[in-house]
Amino acid sequence: MQRKTHPLLIAFAALTFFFLVGPLIIIIGASVSDTSFLTFPPRGLTLHWYQNAFEISAFKRTFVTSLMLAVGGTALSMCIGIPAAYAMARYRVELPRFLGNIFVLPILIPEIVLGFSLMKSLATGINLPIMLSLLIGHALIVLPYCVRVVGASLNSFDFSIEEAAVSLGCPRWKAFFTVLLPNVRAGIIAGFILAFITSLNDVSVSIFLTGPGVSTLPIQLLAHMEQFFDPTIASVSVLLMGVTVAVMAIVERTLGLTFLTK
Amino acid sequence: MTVSLSIENVTAHYGTTKVLEDLSLHIAEGELVSLLGSSGCGKTTTLRLVAGFLEPTAGKIRLGERDLTRLPAHNRDIGLVFQTYALFPHLTVRDNVAFGLKQRGVSAGERKRRADDMIDRVGLNALADRYPANLSGGQRQRVALARALVIEPPLLMFDEPLSNLDAKLRVDMRVEIRRLQQANGTTALYVTHDQEEAFSISDRVAIMNAGRIMQLDAPEVLYSRPANAFVADFVGFENMIPMKAIAESGDAVRAEMPGGATLNLPKDTFTVPSQNFILATRPEGLLVAPSGDGIPTSLGLRTYLGRAYQYQCDTAAGELKANGPLAHPYESGSNAVLIPQPEQCCLLPAEAA
Repeated sequence: MQRKTHPLLIAFAALTFFFLVGPLIIIIGASVSDTSFLTFPPRGLTLHWYQNAFEISAFKRTFVTSLMLAVGGTALSMCIGIPAAYAMARYRVELPRFLGNIFVLPILIPEIVLGFSLMKSLATGINLPIMLSLLIGHALIVLPYCVRVVGASLNSFDFSIEEAAVSLGCPRWKAFFTVLLPNVRAGIIAGFILAFITSLNDVSVSIFLTGPGVSTLPIQLLAHMEQFFDPTIASVSVLLMGVTVAVMAIVERTLGLTFLTK
Repeated sequence: MTVSLSIENVTAHYGTTKVLEDLSLHIAEGELVSLLGSSGCGKTTTLRLVAGFLEPTAGKIRLGERDLTRLPAHNRDIGLVFQTYALFPHLTVRDNVAFGLKQRGVSAGERKRRADDMIDRVGLNALADRYPANLSGGQRQRVALARALVIEPPLLMFDEPLSNLDAKLRVDMRVEIRRLQQANGTTALYVTHDQEEAFSISDRVAIMNAGRIMQLDAPEVLYSRPANAFVADFVGFENMIPMKAIAESGDAVRAEMPGGATLNLPKDTFTVPSQNFILATRPEGLLVAPSGDGIPTSLGLRTYLGRAYQYQCDTAAGELKANGPLAHPYESGSNAVLIPQPEQCCLLPAEAA
């Protein structure tokens, strides 16, 4: 049996695909162009810009900073987000509804505004060290992802399972770790990946919080682009995509990506 | 080890709403008592209080010599079976059953031996390595039962354990529950909204309404001798007929029915509560006859029940339901009398109406 597909649907799907993949192809193309400026389609073929990316120490340094922030910020955010999501799912009836929306605020507020207010309060207000304010800033912008994604998996969790554990002699705090967490693991990992990528790519909050000597990779890329319009940034972008793909691949290998759709 | 459960003058609130009012209930050693009632009657609240998931605002709960009232839930040593089974999805059948033993620090080998033994007793030994997701509803409930029994709790509690199963399986499972409970001699509290289920497996049943126990008795007593209008209506005494005692002879009381005819109530079966009282019957307790000493009626809609026809009857006492024999169907609209069959009636105080 042949399924009938409308030609307009095929065209629409092709267009969608093109818009999603097109920019990636352009960046990959530009990164191997043998010219001293960004161009597409590439002229010539060289890996010089990749070599250049590794030779600029600022990129390496800020990449490490970005990784630390993504891991640390997400971990910090999970420490707040998981208990919050748990409380909202467990006491859905008792707690007021607006609580859930408060945790989405960092997404609703324009990031520029969030970054500026964090700078005013954390960096210049109470003079926190740059790294610490960056960490707090990143934890804040990824918090909505942690709360929402973990919350979604907690909403389908039957809390009588937790009560069953308690009735069998397991204290509540222990039941949280031995029964609840293993059953919402999928949501936690999905939330972690989303938050990690959001943090790694963040510009608008980081730009207000970075300072002398401490910067993140996206900010460094921006600064580099203002001075040199060469294909190095394209090659760094491709490498960043590689890191993201690698993270997904490792997760796929160890846990299976199907949990993302569960 | 069998002990008794005592719930003494317990009151409970949800926020400011009172859900249990001065409730007392004693379950003897090895006895199975059901709490029966519609949703919101307080039966699940009672179970959750005993389990330790809720705290009473007043009163005491004792299990044998132990005072449970303020004891944390995980120290209560009660086997619980949930409506949703509540199995641990990330553990195999064996690990589910062994969970309670692990919490008690039983060694791994002993754990496996006792879990396998219990899995065997509920007939699931071929499935010990499966995960709950790969079991049918009935198998899941057996695992839940095994998991609750393996810790050898002095008290077993069931929270609507069969309502997610289909009809035939429900009957099989309740027999199984009763068999295991009696074999172990475990004291048990069973919560359900299903009258047949409660009556079939319980030593005694407490019919609850609005946070109170309306009557606590053996199923046979509840079924034939309800103590008040609520219980009478609950167990199917659908007709409430106002009566008036008019004369008393040696061995019977003569009472007047709506419409003026009289009925003899033998004193050895009935105690007339007051001059005005209520005669409660099921539809099969009212005989439909062409004439005689009964309540005059105009027969309304006729429905076929299989074992009898049922008529909606318009009478001076309001609409009554009566069953007529299959052999003589009456036409709708014909006049007849409804004759109460004393052996299928019970008497209630008048204010109950």
